[in-house]
This record gives sequence, structure tokens and C-alpha cells, in this order.
Amino acid sequence: MSVSTAFDKARAEGRAALVGYLPAGFPDVEGGIEIITAMAEAGCDVIEIGLPYSDPVMDGPTIQAAAQQALDGGVRTRDVLRTVEAVAATGVPTLVMTYWNPVERYGVDRFAADLAAAGGAGLITPDITPDYGQAWSAAADAHGLDKVFLVAPSSTDERIELTTSASRGFVYATAVMGVTGAREATSDLAGPLVERTRRFAPDDLPVAVGLGVSNGDQAAAVASYADGVIVGSAFVRCVLDHPGDRPGAVAAVRALAAELADGVRRG
Amino acid sequence: MSTHLHETTPFDADPQGWFGGPVEGFGGKFMPEALMRALDELDSGWQEAKADPGFVAEFDAILRDYANLPSPLYHAERLSERLGVRVLLKREDLNHTGAHKIRNVLGQALLTKRMGKTRVIAETGAGQHGVASATAAAYFGLDCTVYMGAVDTRRQALNVARMQLLGAEVVPVESGSATLKDAINEALRDWVASVETTAYLFGTAAGPHPFPTLVRDLTRGIGDEARAQCLEQYGVLPDAIAACVGGGSNAIGLFTAFLEDQDVAIYGFEAGGDGFETGRHAATIKAGDAGVLHGARTYVLQDEDGQTIESHSISAGLDYPGVGPQHAWLAKSGRASYLPVTDTEAMDAMALLSRTEGIIPAIESAHALAGGLRIAEQLRAEKGPEATLLINLSGRGDKDMGTAMEWFGLGESAGSDEGEQ
Repeated sequence: MSVSTAFDKARAEGRAALVGYLPAGFPDVEGGIEIITAMAEAGCDVIEIGLPYSDPVMDGPTIQAAAQQALDGGVRTRDVLRTVEAVAATGVPTLVMTYWNPVERYGVDRFAADLAAAGGAGLITPDITPDYGQAWSAAADAHGLDKVFLVAPSSTDERIELTTSASRGFVYATAVMGVTGAREATSDLAGPLVERTRRFAPDDLPVAVGLGVSNGDQAAAVASYADGVIVGSAFVRCVLDHPGDRPGAVAAVRALAAELADGVRRG
Repeated sequence: MSTHLHETTPFDADPQGWFGGPVEGFGGKFMPEALMRALDELDSGWQEAKADPGFVAEFDAILRDYANLPSPLYHAERLSERLGVRVLLKREDLNHTGAHKIRNVLGQALLTKRMGKTRVIAETGAGQHGVASATAAAYFGLDCTVYMGAVDTRRQALNVARMQLLGAEVVPVESGSATLKDAINEALRDWVASVETTAYLFGTAAGPHPFPTLVRDLTRGIGDEARAQCLEQYGVLPDAIAACVGGGSNAIGLFTAFLEDQDVAIYGFEAGGDGFETGRHAATIKAGDAGVLHGARTYVLQDEDGQTIESHSISAGLDYPGVGPQHAWLAKSGRASYLPVTDTEAMDAMALLSRTEGIIPAIESAHALAGGLRIAEQLRAEKGPEATLLINLSGRGDKDMGTAMEWFGLGESAGSDEGEQ
């Protein structure tokens, strides 16, 4: 199921959509499914499931730690797809966010087919751009999957046009120049980037903002100008702060999701 | 020296950075969008710089007056006698800072100045590229931060101190396996946040386009010089050339001038570690599968899910689970052959060169020598004593004395053992 249904619904309600991220297999596969399901129940409109990778160059220390814990626990690509299947079954549109090599290794078309069969909506690809992602674009088109590419404050207008025309589902605007992780102040680069992106994006392509958002007030601020608010490290932090305490982790992500869901409705 | 900067070969990348095309070939630019503009600017900046005679002249003058280039091509007579073929060593160990790497960093730092950036970052394994980068930064008055795996900062405290004395900040990297590949990850994370002011001095002919081509251009002087020296001094081209391959900068630097000489056999020697069959090695071309690591499609040591596998080698400079994409293409296209050399073979070659020629090679370069010994046998059988084998002695072994002391039982501990007998 494409994430566009969730963005359409949010738009109809006059608000931004809330996109929540957690890597699969963190703290373990079953625990991850339980926590991500709680995130969706408590207000995330779209779920991003991270595929843990050994060399995550776009991630800061928090998500690195989670991915490492998942890999140390033995998580496999098939566990990620199992997580997608369980989460998507609850009805929330579910994307996978992955570095490229695990997809290439699995087989691009096979990955697309298995992701579609699991009920996944598509991929967010932080380390491939449309000009080097033709194989993925072809497989996504063949299997009706969303293709979420990224734009950055450093992107030229030409590259924003290239990226938005190749994206489906939404386009991911990185609010800061930097890696993932909570930041105290929301970025002053995000607003202008969203405005610039809208100029080139097809009318029906939502623009969602990620990197650095960790609380309701920041979510409200971003929601005032973007179609979606993406939160990752703050959810991961909830789980890292409750080692060995599943109910505590679930309660923490529920509380955060509710706060952020309120934020996107205030924005 | 750098007068061949603008020359091309049939084995070059296309404008998108593909060696051998996007379907069957290697390379490309698998990077976050945030870095794409900087990579494009680096690409066009380099195209302009290498076409500018003023830039080329300045680079040449720095190489000559500061880095001690061109390096000699040395006829190793005692080794030749022993092996029964003519062995020529390209003496990159005599360069300033002790290895070929000074060519790359001086070129990239000069380009950084030209492009108006004020800070450089670099990754380093054993510290050689870090020391070279800190040296170039000092020379050009640039701020310098070097990322180094925490495991390596402890093993290579002397090189950490050298970098610090040269004015660089050294950041130990604790993430992942805390080695070279994680130092690259951390440098890329820095670069995503600092790209407006900062150039990434990539240490080898790997990574996203244009780095494999940029580093190749800057190191190709090794082969350009060696080819001309060989013709001038001996009136022939070598029958075979050999270099060690980790990421592959010294090897591509040697190979480039000879790619179109069809009668010259080209050999790259990868780190075979404990032995290819043990799985503990860094023989990426021999044992890896095509995949994407650090921005390029190339051969990668990876598991069945595409997670990078840690490599193993006694030589920190070859201990990398990927390889430059042009080497992947030269291997696949058959123009060059890549073979593993074990730790033991390399250390034996280190001792042999030390004792026959009075030259202590870097352990990286000792892999090329060890491989060369194998080729020499073959060459002698085929062509007799007139056969010429050219080996790149990419660096000197001073930095490896700690490893050598442990391996051979040298120094104080060996002396005291003897005293007890």
C-alpha cells in the first residue's frame, strides 16, 4: 500500500503526516515488531523500518548504536521483511529505509518482489540518488512500490528537479547538512529547502522533512510548512533508554508518538 | 612527473564514473544527495585544474622541490642475481613522508586551495595517509582533521604523534569494528556536515566518482616516470610489473602508463592474510563479490546479506574489505591479474630485501616483492636472464618495525632471550 493514502488523509485533515522510524531487529526481531506496532497505534501515520547495515554513513551515534545492536543480535534481511509484513498487516503504510548494498546483494528485483509480497509500500534510499538508482526505479515500477529519494540543502535546483520527478510516495527533505540525530533547535535550512522543493515537485508529491526532530514543538514547527514530519533517532532513544525493559520502551515510544502526533496537528 | 595528467586510456571511467559501463562495470557514485553537489564540483574543478598549465607547473614544482620526485628506478643487482632476472625497483620509499601517498595528498591539497576551501579531512588506517595529509595541510596552511580507528590509534601511537606534531587533530573512531572502514564512515559523516568549507582528501583510488579517477591521475606519475626511466636506462619496456593492492592507489599509479603496452604483464598482489583458505584475509578481488561500499560498485568482502566482512592482514595499509573500482574492472576485463600473498610470504620478502639490498620495505610493498618473486621464476623460465621485472616499492618500512620486531623476534626481547640461553 502506497504511503500516499496516509498523506492524502493527513492533508484532508489539514495537517502534516507523522512518519516514525525504527530499525528492524532492535532490540530484537519480536520486540521491534511490538514497539513499531505501538508507534503506529499511538499516532504514526507512516512507518519506516530501517534495515541494519554495517556501514551506515548517514547515521549519527544513536541510530548507529541501534543498528549495531540489531546486527550483533543476528538480524537478517529476511527478518526485516518479516517485520514489514507484521507491521503492514496492522494497516499502516510501511516503508523500508536501507543503504543500497543489502538490496543489491539480495537481488534488486527479488527484493522488490518480496517487499511487495510482504505488504511493504516501498523504499527510502539514503545512499542512492535517481541518477545511480535506475535498477531500483525499474524494479519499484514493476512491483508498484514507492521510491523515496532525498533532497538536501546543498542540492542544486537541477538535482531537486531530477529527484522529485523520480520520487513516488513522498520526497524526503533533509533539514540539516549532517547525519541523523536529535538536535536542540530545528534547522533554518529546512523551510527554504521545502519551498524550493515544492517549486519543482509534481503537485501530488508530498514533501516530508527529517533529521533532528525529537519533540512535539519541533514537530509543530516543521508541520507548519511541510507535508510530513519524520522522526527517527528520538524513537530509537526511547528504546535505548530502556534496556531489557520492553514495557518501559513501549510506553516511552507511545508517549513520544502521541506528543508528536499532537505536534503535527498544531503545526 | 605530472605532465601526463591530462592523458587518457581505454580503461578510464566514463563521465558518470563507470569503469566498463553501468551494467557490467564498476564505480559510480552511490552517495547521499547532500554530497552530490560537492562531488560534481570536485569533478569539474579537477577537470579544469588538470587542463591549466599553471596548476600543472605548480604541482610539478612541489613534487620536485618538496617531495623529492621523480623517485629513482633502481636496479636491484643482488636480488636480480639471486632471482635470475633483471629486477627494477621504483623507489617510492624515498619520497618525502616515505611513500607514494605524498603525490596524492599534495595534489588534492593544491586542488583544495584552488577551490577555495580551508579545511581538509582524511581517513587513515595505519596512519600513513593521515601523516601525508597532515603534512600537506601544514604545507598549504589548511586545517586538518584525521579519522582513525580507535584500535589503530593504539597500535600506531607514533603516527598519531607525528600527525599531532604536524598540527592535525586526530579523532579516534570507536564505531563498528573501529578500523579503516569505520574511519572512512566517520570522515564521510563529518563531510556531510562540513562540505561547504571542507575537502575530503580520500586516501586511495576508491570511493565515489571522481575519487578513483582523481587519485589515479595524481599517482600515475609513478608509472609514467618508471616507464620513461626503464626505456631510457635499459632501452626496453619491462616484461612484467607488480604492485600491492589494498584500495589500490600505488598500483593504479604504476599500472596506468602501461595499460596500453600489451606485451607488459600487469600483476596486483592482494593481502592473503593467514591464507586465502582460512577466510582471514583482505583478498577482495579474489574472494569478494560485486557490491557497493563507500560509494562505488566494486568487489567487496561481504556476507550473504551484503554486510561488510572485516578483513585481515598484517599490513594495515592493505587491510580493507573493498578495492578501487578500476582494479575491479582491470581484473574483470583481464588486463591485469590479481593474486593473494600471505602474511608469511610478505614478511619473508621484507627480510630478503633488507638483507640482499639494504632496503627495509613497508610490509605493504613487501607483498608486491613476494608476488614478484613468484613472477620472476616464471619469467626466467620463459625468457631467461634478459627478462625485466619492475616492482613498485611503494613505501619504506620504518613504520613497521614494531610488527617486524614481534614477527622476527628482534630487538631487546630477542637479545635477552639469547642472554638467558
